[in-house]
Amino acid sequence: MKKIAIILGLILAFSIQGLAQVTLLNVSYDPTRELYQDYNAAFAKYWKAKTGQDVTIQQSHSGSSKQARAVIDGLQADVVTLALAYDIDAISQNAGLLPADWQKRLPQNSTPYTSTIVFLVRKGNPKKIKDWDDLVRPGVSVITPSPKTSGGARWNYLAAWAYALQQPGGTEAKAQDFVKRLYKNVPVLDSGARGATTTFAQREIGDVLIAWENEAFLSIKELGADKVEMVVPSMSILAEPPVSIVDKVVDKKGTRAVAQAYLEYLYTPEGQEIVARNYYRPRLEAVAKKYASTFPKIKLVTIDEVFGGWQKAQKTHFADGAIFDQIYQPGN
Amino acid sequence: MAIVFKKRSILPGFGMTLGFTVSYLCLIVLIPLSATFLKAATLTWPRFWHVISDPRALASYRITFGASLIAALINLVFGLLVAWVLVRYTFPGRRIVDSLVDLPFALPTAVAGIALTAIYSSHGWVGRYLEMIGIKAAYSPLGIVIALTFIGLPFVVRTVQPVLEDLDKDMEEAAASLGANRFQVFSKVILPAIWPAALTGFTMAFARAIGEYGSVVFISGNMPMRTEITPLLIITKLDQYDYAGATAIAVVMLVASFVLLLTINLLQRWSSKAQRAQSSPDSVAPGIHLDPIYVQ
Repeated sequence: MKKIAIILGLILAFSIQGLAQVTLLNVSYDPTRELYQDYNAAFAKYWKAKTGQDVTIQQSHSGSSKQARAVIDGLQADVVTLALAYDIDAISQNAGLLPADWQKRLPQNSTPYTSTIVFLVRKGNPKKIKDWDDLVRPGVSVITPSPKTSGGARWNYLAAWAYALQQPGGTEAKAQDFVKRLYKNVPVLDSGARGATTTFAQREIGDVLIAWENEAFLSIKELGADKVEMVVPSMSILAEPPVSIVDKVVDKKGTRAVAQAYLEYLYTPEGQEIVARNYYRPRLEAVAKKYASTFPKIKLVTIDEVFGGWQKAQKTHFADGAIFDQIYQPGN
Repeated sequence: MAIVFKKRSILPGFGMTLGFTVSYLCLIVLIPLSATFLKAATLTWPRFWHVISDPRALASYRITFGASLIAALINLVFGLLVAWVLVRYTFPGRRIVDSLVDLPFALPTAVAGIALTAIYSSHGWVGRYLEMIGIKAAYSPLGIVIALTFIGLPFVVRTVQPVLEDLDKDMEEAAASLGANRFQVFSKVILPAIWPAALTGFTMAFARAIGEYGSVVFISGNMPMRTEITPLLIITKLDQYDYAGATAIAVVMLVASFVLLLTINLLQRWSSKAQRAQSSPDSVAPGIHLDPIYVQ
């Protein structure tokens, strides 16, 4: 009897302890490392003040689709914050860990922040690169990762395609020819965005790097404005990196409330402020206005209006044997 | 069966150790590998064939196996040389050089890849000068060979070294006293003795190179049809959630590697047998010990 009482007491003690402390795992992609370091500290403070509960957030970063695969294969992620909706769709389709309509559950397509695709060139812009059509000029060497392995690179590719399509007289065929010429100028296909940045910045290969806007800001901060500069094209794509809770995991761990709050806090003025400080474009009007001078004005198109969503874009452009693969087919 | 085994082996503990060996190998090697085959089996035959015979896949097999073979051959030649120097000569810093040989084992391959790329790219220390004479090292098939040579370096050295250490100097001296010149001593006495070990080292370096991913992706440039290695193609397929397609290519790699390794092993057994048959009657008989003084 006594033993049982002790064991019960221990269990109780542990569960109280458990109530007062909770751990979340945020599985994210490469360039959000700095953003979520800031954000996690802020959220932990907010959650403690609101509920008295201590929350520890663990982060994991890698290529977006690698991360999605880890979650599919059993990584116990409470929330996923990935580079593109297609990767979260994959978690839903391949493992059924979250419902198919996950993207409708949070405001703005579940993307609390956006980014876009810009160019990084060498100091002084020796090749006079101003816009997308400068990238297909002969003699210009372009660095971009492989869209087969990198989420960011898919945004790069689609931005180029959208540009060609929206030129006067632009057609699908012309756009296809445009991206083909662009990729003929690519000497190295790195497997991820950070790798491509290294190739451009450290190895000094290429005249222009197509990059996430926030990566471009970070590179300039790191390398110094005397080495590289940013070029903003006439138009680009609105990159929407979405977030979601992973239902099956949060229900098993009993962390649904805190995980939900973690994502919702991203939409608050405080969250948006952190987002903007880390060079992601905020959604909230007031914060966007405050940081208007940071983010250059670009005409942005969305993947839904030009490509009919990720599922379709993936199938037409990036699947095996699709348009991107055809660029490298012999005889092309 | 059990009786036959018992008759054959005089040493105790045969049944138990064999049992352990088999279950250990099953757990570590066979089960994961059969999972690969099972996953690939979810594809229909025409689809399987389509995936593995895609021009891009074929190009990747060529570059992977070709570069691995070249790298292993380079390692064979220079590995023998390094082993020779380390065993036969004493010089200051020999121990340091000796431990340097193992570094490619310990270094994370990604670090190796980044370091090699930094050195061999067109702005790197070495790449700059290679570029001047028109050789593009990084981001070309040559870059892949460089990375694979680096990671395969220790194998030949470490397999040949102990054999070379054990090699009786008397044999060489005897050969010399019987009128053999230096080349004859090397090719008729030393080489046959170290050849099986060298071949083992070569096989290991070759096998290691085929599976290498981490260092190569940094230096190869990953251009489809040109410098895209098969392991990268597998990763690419996985990143598209094409598990079956990825395992189909993995099965090709697996079967090809297995066949190659088996062939080399058979070759090795055959050559050592042939060598034993040839050398046993007229080699210096054990027990007859030539006094080194006569040789000098």
